[in-house]
Amino acid sequence: MSRLAQRFATLRRAGRRALVPYVTAGDPEPAATVGLMHDMVAAGADILELGVPFSDPMADGPVIQRASERALAHGVSLRGVLSMVRDFRHDDPDTPVVLMGYLNPVEIMGYEAFARAAAEAGVDGVLTVDLPPEEAGPLLAALDGCGIDPIFLLAPTTSDERTRQVAAVARGFVYYVSLKGVTGAGHLDVDAVRERVEHLRTLVDLPVGVGFGIRDAASAAAVGAFADAVVVGSAVVSRIEQHAGDPAAARAAVAELVGELRAALDGLPAAATVRQAADT
Amino acid sequence: MLDTKQPAPEAMAGLPDERGHFGPYGGLFVAETLMGPLAELRAAWEHYLADAGFQRELEEELRDYVGRPSPLYHARRWSEQVGGARLWLKREDLNHTGAHKVNNTVGQALLARRMGKTRIIAETGAGQHGVATATVAARLGLKCVVYMGAEDMERQAINVYRMKLLGAEVVPVTSGSRTLKDALNEAMRDWVTNVDDTFYIIGTVAGPHPYPAMVRDFQAVIGREARAQILDKTGRLPDALVACVGGGSNAMGLFHPFLADEGVALYGVEAAGRGLETGAHAAPLCAGRPGVLHGNRTYLMEDADGQILHTHSISAGLDYPGVGPEHAWLKDTGRARYVAVTDDEALAAFHTLTRVEGIMPALESSHALAWAETLARELGPGAEIIVNLSGRGDKDIHTVAAHEGIAL
Repeated sequence: MSRLAQRFATLRRAGRRALVPYVTAGDPEPAATVGLMHDMVAAGADILELGVPFSDPMADGPVIQRASERALAHGVSLRGVLSMVRDFRHDDPDTPVVLMGYLNPVEIMGYEAFARAAAEAGVDGVLTVDLPPEEAGPLLAALDGCGIDPIFLLAPTTSDERTRQVAAVARGFVYYVSLKGVTGAGHLDVDAVRERVEHLRTLVDLPVGVGFGIRDAASAAAVGAFADAVVVGSAVVSRIEQHAGDPAAARAAVAELVGELRAALDGLPAAATVRQAADT
Repeated sequence: MLDTKQPAPEAMAGLPDERGHFGPYGGLFVAETLMGPLAELRAAWEHYLADAGFQRELEEELRDYVGRPSPLYHARRWSEQVGGARLWLKREDLNHTGAHKVNNTVGQALLARRMGKTRIIAETGAGQHGVATATVAARLGLKCVVYMGAEDMERQAINVYRMKLLGAEVVPVTSGSRTLKDALNEAMRDWVTNVDDTFYIIGTVAGPHPYPAMVRDFQAVIGREARAQILDKTGRLPDALVACVGGGSNAMGLFHPFLADEGVALYGVEAAGRGLETGAHAAPLCAGRPGVLHGNRTYLMEDADGQILHTHSISAGLDYPGVGPEHAWLKDTGRARYVAVTDDEALAAFHTLTRVEGIMPALESSHALAWAETLARELGPGAEIIVNLSGRGDKDIHTVAAHEGIAL
């Protein structure tokens, strides 16, 4: 069982939802990232999503674009990100780490080389935003050979037929994009998301995470009422940006936010039913 | 009478495949939210491609609004001065709005209207595609938003004002390198957010499937006309075609109807900027390598970590780090040859054509002209060469003057 599947199984038994904060690797500076990762775990994160900076982040809103630019100004590369994961893994053998990024850096490194290096560094899942299942065959084979879970997005525009196709190749969890828009957008409609997620459960056996547009404790709690995992990206990165010149202050601000999100999720009643899933 | 309607031999090429691939290039590399809308666009495009009513409407617009067919002009004095092959100019500069871009924006805007979309968005570099989009949006009464790099807006203030006069909103893009590639990113972000009522008119033969094929099909009118015109004027096919390549839409439009004509050599001319050896250029086919950007796999200018590099060309329309995937495939298969011409060589050709033919070419097209001079000497008398004069140069006079230290 992969570290991701194990973590979801444990959470399910405890009736808890996964809190998945996101930071861009190397933001505000490369030396800060591993510490930030440990801080987020200490503050209550269950899974970490680590952004791989890219020069042309088409699916991201301005907050994560700027985080990419700050990281790239420090010359952070995909190999650099993997070495941060390796450092993190040295002191934390349990918390799953999912890389989120765009295909081109992976393409240039080579799928096989990337998958081997990622597995060796301790990466558990890979979400390549601009790689739909139709084009993913060769990367999926490489990841599978190294025991890394491919994470895929589902969107409000995804048909049932496509959802089944995505579910057939996805592992770990599926990531439902809660709105039509980019990361950090501000028009989350919780009721519509609840309806979609409930429908997705009839098509997908994997845990369903929800992200894009969850910005504070209130929206995390609202989405946590029905999702297996709540992903919070731009709100976390905003805290880093506010203290970009002072990494210690940035770490404290991130830990504070993650703590608030944890408390909001834990204030929920335990999940009413324990879902049957393939891995339990 | 010019017959450009018969099925051209391009049908034989048969690409892209079902999922938008030209060999290993092209494809569909976008976030999940756009997969559904792109499938919807593809279905609409395939439907209207075969719809007689749509094709008639498109033909009428191209004739009465754009001013097609554009002439194939024998540049006698230029040919004599160069000394070699006969040089023909396909006069896309005479189209409404002054470039080939409008062939595509008319087609996509008509498609948008048929699909019931009420809002048009576009990216633009120099502003030519933005102007061509704003123009057809005004013509069809559609709301129009154009994304343009903040740096490009400063360099092309006249085109910005032109778009505003046409009723478009021009949004400055301040992310990344603040140029064309970033404008494309921003237009994609708009599309993903407003996908229900919005149609994204991409200006070149790049992007996710079906854009490379769809834009090519709308631009192929250039090559269909040119093929019929040269047969009419010389009784035979030309020896070579020459066109500049940024994203590559004017080149693909000219080349595609000749793909099956094996005796016709195809030359795409990229921007060598200050010289390929300096790194300050925009020539991914000549000096880049394959990667994935903006929805397709193609040749890119990128660093060792897969980050996209800044580009340079005196011609804003060629200043792009990628290129259409079909060009990548034509390069690999050897069907087309890609070369590069520097800023200075393009400027020299700009002056030559202006002085000996009284035709002021766009700086983009001047790259093709410069290479055509070399090729004409190489092929020698008796050979026929068609050069795509993709746009007129009025928009560039400030750039030319500045380059020569003249204050206007």
